[in-house]
Order: sequence, then C-alpha cells, then structure tokens
Amino acid sequence: MPEAATVLSCTGLKKSFADVHAVRGVDLELKKGECFGLLGPNGAGKTTTIEILEGLTPLDAGEVRILGKPPGDASVRERIGIALQETELPEKLTVLECVRLFRSFYSRGREVDAVIGHLELDEKRTARVAKLSGGQRQRLALACALVGDPDLLFLDEPSTGLDPQARLKVWEIVLAFKAAGGTVLLTTHYMEEAARLCDRIAIVDHGKVIARGSPQELVASLGAAQVIEVTTAPPLSDEVLKALPSVVRVSPKADARVLHAADVAAALPALLELARAQKVQVKNVTTREATLEDVFVHLTGSELRDA
Amino acid sequence: MRSSPLLELTRMRMVTFLRDPGALFWVFGFPLVLAFVLGLAFRNRPPDPIHVVVVANAPLAQALKGDGTLNIEEAALDDARWRLRRAQVDVLVQSDGASITYRYDETRPEGRVARLAVERAIERSNGRVDTLRATDEKVSEPGSRYIDFLVPGLIGMNLMGSSLWAIAYGIVDARKKKLLKRLAATPMKRSDYLLSILLSRVVFLVFETVVLIAIGWLAFGVAVQGSFAAVGLLALLGGLAFAGIALLIGALATSTETAGGLMNLVMMPMYLLSGAFFSSKHFPDVLQPFIKALPLTALNDSLRAVINEAAPLSSQWAQVAVLLAWGLLPFFVALRVFRWQ
Ligand SMILES: Nc1ncnc2c1ncn2[C@@H]1O[C@H](COP(=O)(O)OP(=O)(O)OP(=O)(O)O)[C@@H](O)[C@H]1O
Ligand SMILES: [Mg+2]
Repeated sequence: MPEAATVLSCTGLKKSFADVHAVRGVDLELKKGECFGLLGPNGAGKTTTIEILEGLTPLDAGEVRILGKPPGDASVRERIGIALQETELPEKLTVLECVRLFRSFYSRGREVDAVIGHLELDEKRTARVAKLSGGQRQRLALACALVGDPDLLFLDEPSTGLDPQARLKVWEIVLAFKAAGGTVLLTTHYMEEAARLCDRIAIVDHGKVIARGSPQELVASLGAAQVIEVTTAPPLSDEVLKALPSVVRVSPKADARVLHAADVAAALPALLELARAQKVQVKNVTTREATLEDVFVHLTGSELRDA
Repeated sequence: MRSSPLLELTRMRMVTFLRDPGALFWVFGFPLVLAFVLGLAFRNRPPDPIHVVVVANAPLAQALKGDGTLNIEEAALDDARWRLRRAQVDVLVQSDGASITYRYDETRPEGRVARLAVERAIERSNGRVDTLRATDEKVSEPGSRYIDFLVPGLIGMNLMGSSLWAIAYGIVDARKKKLLKRLAATPMKRSDYLLSILLSRVVFLVFETVVLIAIGWLAFGVAVQGSFAAVGLLALLGGLAFAGIALLIGALATSTETAGGLMNLVMMPMYLLSGAFFSSKHFPDVLQPFIKALPLTALNDSLRAVINEAAPLSSQWAQVAVLLAWGLLPFFVALRVFRWQ
C-alpha cells in the first residue's frame, strides 16, 4: 500500500503571549485518513497550537503547510471544518438556520438536512440554540463544522463537559467522519477519548511534544503493561518495592505507591509476601492495565487532569 | 441548495433582532412612548387666561368679569399681595373709586399684558368707544408647533440610538462569544459580514422612520411638507453615519462594558447639543461650528427643514456633506482596525 498523503505538517511551531511561552517548538505531521490527538493538561498549549493551524492565530516562528498551503489561506478554509473550544452560536437562531448559515459560506458542501439528520438533530431543527442541551449544542457545533464537507477536521476538546452518553455520540460522529476518509486533529484531556479515537497521539506539556506514537506504542514504552497500586501502613520503601519480580518502576501517588509491572501474576504474590514479612498492614491493593494516563504521569510526574 | 452568504448573514442579524423583545422595545416602543408623553405635555392648549386679583372691591370685580379673557378673583390686600408675589396672579388691581392702582412685575410679559387688558376692560365698561374697528386673525402655522419640532428630532435620535446599539453591541457580543472567531475560520468573506450589518440596519431604518413619521402624522398631525424621497435619503445617510461610528466602536471596544461607555460618550453630547428636544441655537456662538459638525445636528436640522419647511434637499448640502463624512471616515478606519478575536 502506498504511503498516505500528508494533509498537514508543521515544524518548529512557536508562539508567545507577552511573557507566556504557550507553544515552544511543536512538530506535527498528519496523514490522510488518520485521527491525530494532542493530549495534554490545562495550559499545555493545545488550543494555541490548533488555532495557529486553523489560521486564527499568527505564529511567531515555524513552518506550517495545510493541504499544501499556508494556514488561513482562502482555499484551505474551504476544506477544513472547525469546532473551537468555546463558541456560542447565535442564541436566537434555530438549529436549521445555524447550519444553513454555515453552509452558505462554502462553495461546495453537504445538504443541510442531511447533516442535521446525521447529527441526530432532526427533532431540534426548529429549536433555538439557547434551548439546546450541552450535548445538542456540541452536535450543532459539529454540524456547522461538517456542513462544508471538509477534508480535515479540527476539534478542540470536542467532548469536554459532556456526560458519557453525549460523549459517545460525539465519538461516533468523529469515527464516522474518519471512516469516510476524513482526517482529524483533535485535542483532549481524556486519555480514554484519545485511546478510543486516535491513531496517533502527541502528548503535549508546557508547549512541547514530550512523547508521540500510537496509544499502544505509548503504553508499551512504559516497559510494563500492568499497574499495581498499593497502600500500606507504614509505607514500604521504594527500594524494596522496586526489587519485586518484574517491577520496572515505582512512583508515589498520594499515600499509595504505583508499581509498573510486566507480570502481575509474579509481582502481586511477592508484594503480599513482602508485606507479611515486614509486618506492614496492606490497606488497599488494586491492579489494572497501564493507560495513557500512566504514560503521562511517568513523563511529567503530574496528573493529566487538574485535580 | 446553497444561498448567498450575504443574505444569510443579513437574515441572521434581522432574525436575532426581531426575536429580542428588549431590542424591539427600545427601537420601536420607546420612541412612541416618548412621542406620546412629550406630545401630551406640549400639545397646543387654548391660551392661558389673564389672572387678576382685585383688592376687596366687589363692584369692580363684577364689572371686570364681563371680559372673557380675564380670570378675576377678589381678596384682601395682604392676601392679594402674597398671591402676586407667588406669581399666582399677573396683576393686582386696587381702586378707591376715583383712581386705580396696578401692581405687577414689569419684567414679566404676562404682567404688562395683564395691566393693559384690565385697563381696557375698565375703560370699556365705563363706556369707552374704540376709534377703529378691529378684526382678530388667529394663526397656527403647520410646522411651527412644538410637536412639529419634536418629531424630526425623535427620528434623528432614534436612528442614532438604534444604529449604535444594535451594531456596536452586536459586534462586541459576537466577539466575546467567539462567534466572530468561528466565522473568521470559514471561507466567509469578511466584507460580507460587515456589509450584512449595514444591510440589516438599512432595512430596520426604513421601518423605524416610517413608523415614527406615521405616528407623528396620525397622532399629532405632523405632516411631511417636503418630499418623502428627501426624508428617506436623509434617514439613510444618517443611519449610515451612525453605523460607521458604531462599527468603529465595535471594532475598538474589547468588552460590552467599554462598548457601552464609548456609546454613551458619543451619544450624550449629541442628545444635549444636537437639538433633539430644544433648538441648538440656544447654545453660545463659539460652540455652533462644533455643534453643526455633529452628525445628529446635521440629521435633525435637515430633517426639520424638509419635514417642517418643505425645504428642497439641495438646500441641505452642508448637512448632507457632514453625514457623508461621518458615514465614510469611521467606516474605513473600522475596516482597518477590525479584530475578529
Ligand atoms: N490570548 C492569550 N493571551 C495570553 N495568554 C494566552 C492566550 N491564549 C493562551 N494563553 C496562554 O498560553 C498558554 C497555553 O494556552 P492554551 O489555551 O493553548 O492551553 P490548552 O492546552 O488549550 O489548555 P486547556 O486544556 O485548558 O484548554 C496558557 O498559559 C494560556 O494562559
Ligand atoms: Mg484549550
């Protein structure tokens, strides 16, 4: 199979606001048909990055090509769809009027009714924006992004603040767009969302990409697929924990210790045996698969989401 | 099918406005209420009678009551003087049978008129015969009443208020809600957005002007003496002048609060100086060139000339020039400094 075409590339992207270095050298490359995720905590520079690529924010330094053109180019705007992190569509307009307004901007695009149907907003066609629920508003935002029949979709935190059901619907829409050959760049705080939607991920922190790869590759980079979280009183020392079989890494998390282990079946009995031998009380122990969250904590030493 | 972006944007603005009861009231309801209240206060009443107090003299009072223009009261001297001091009466009349004394405030025209009227009534009742036969012709020229002055001023004021409010506030609000940013990311032509603002303004401006003129005519008999086309053109130029200013405010203000402040800064001086409620000619001569350069003055003055005096548009070229300047200069500055986020 031939290598898919590059839809978007940027190198050395930099942007500062006064004394805040929001983006400090970001390189990205998106292939046609993939969904690429920028995963990072608050203030990491995700929105700034995506808005530079959308042509909304001028960059300080770096090189950007989108569909072969510089960002913000009129022909590029015809072919991208956008949902900003926060947009309030005109409250007094109805769903139908909103979508029709956005449709009118594009020289070619999809049927307004078809898009409304696809986004499951039929029942709300004549409802005003002000009366929509959070999930419906987000779907309307997606309708406005999709009505121009874009090749490339930019979604800035498409499911933040939504309940799980509404989030699932958003995911379905993104996956359907991708299945039809569309390319997506999205930002998110949710590792679950990134794992579910994205073919490749860049973890962003303090304006820099600190790791990239597919979700599986990133988790594999931990060198241990399993996680054991254990709380004991008094705490066991990191050195003894690290010496347990197949444990590659130990890190603190509040009162608990987080053990990255290649093989839980080997590590867990040894851990319990150690506790008994040292006469410490095991207050809590859980095991689970390693996730992107663990990758993030490992790389930055902090949680992905603000506590 | 795809419709024209300019039309869709214009429709968005109009629909937004029409679905906002508050905005509707301020643009259409408020001027009506204002016109009615002011019209009631200043409606043409029959002339006030002349108030006369007679000091304890029943026969004299009785004699004077024969004159319909006089309103006669009788009182003791102290009481009568007190009433004169309070300007409850215009003249105090005191007679001892042989001579007569008039007491009045010479600086009040009413006092002087009252004195003459009482004197005439007394002389007539004493049998004076006029040497010439007099006929009274009472005039009330259309276009010279206060309400005639008021209606064009209200039209001007309303065009200013609605243009500034709808445009400047609308832009700042759309920017705050990131709607401008969202639109800027589409292939929408920036000029379409700005044009749609002007276009929807023109549509509403026609309605506003027609409604106010119709009310003025139906409720107060204020007729347009000059040409309707001239009124329409002036309203259009005025509306565009204020739209230009509003666009500039919308381009500059970063918050709705600053926009509100800037709008008041622009509108307040004009409410006071531009002769909406009373003639701007009352202000000192040194201020006149400045006052005449204000768009609302130009609009009010030219509307009054056309509506009340049937002046042809050509006689209003100076006002038209002022309005054009206000329409064009801020508009082009606004285009340069307009921020989408
Ligand atoms: N217009 C601006 N002016 C000044 N500083 C800004 C501006 N936009 C962003 N910043 C700063 O740049 C940094 C990166 O912000 P950005 O919005 O890109 O983060 P983010 O990763 O999208 O965060 P979040 O997850 O909270 O949306 C932050 O410190 C922010 O305060
Ligand atoms: Mg963001």
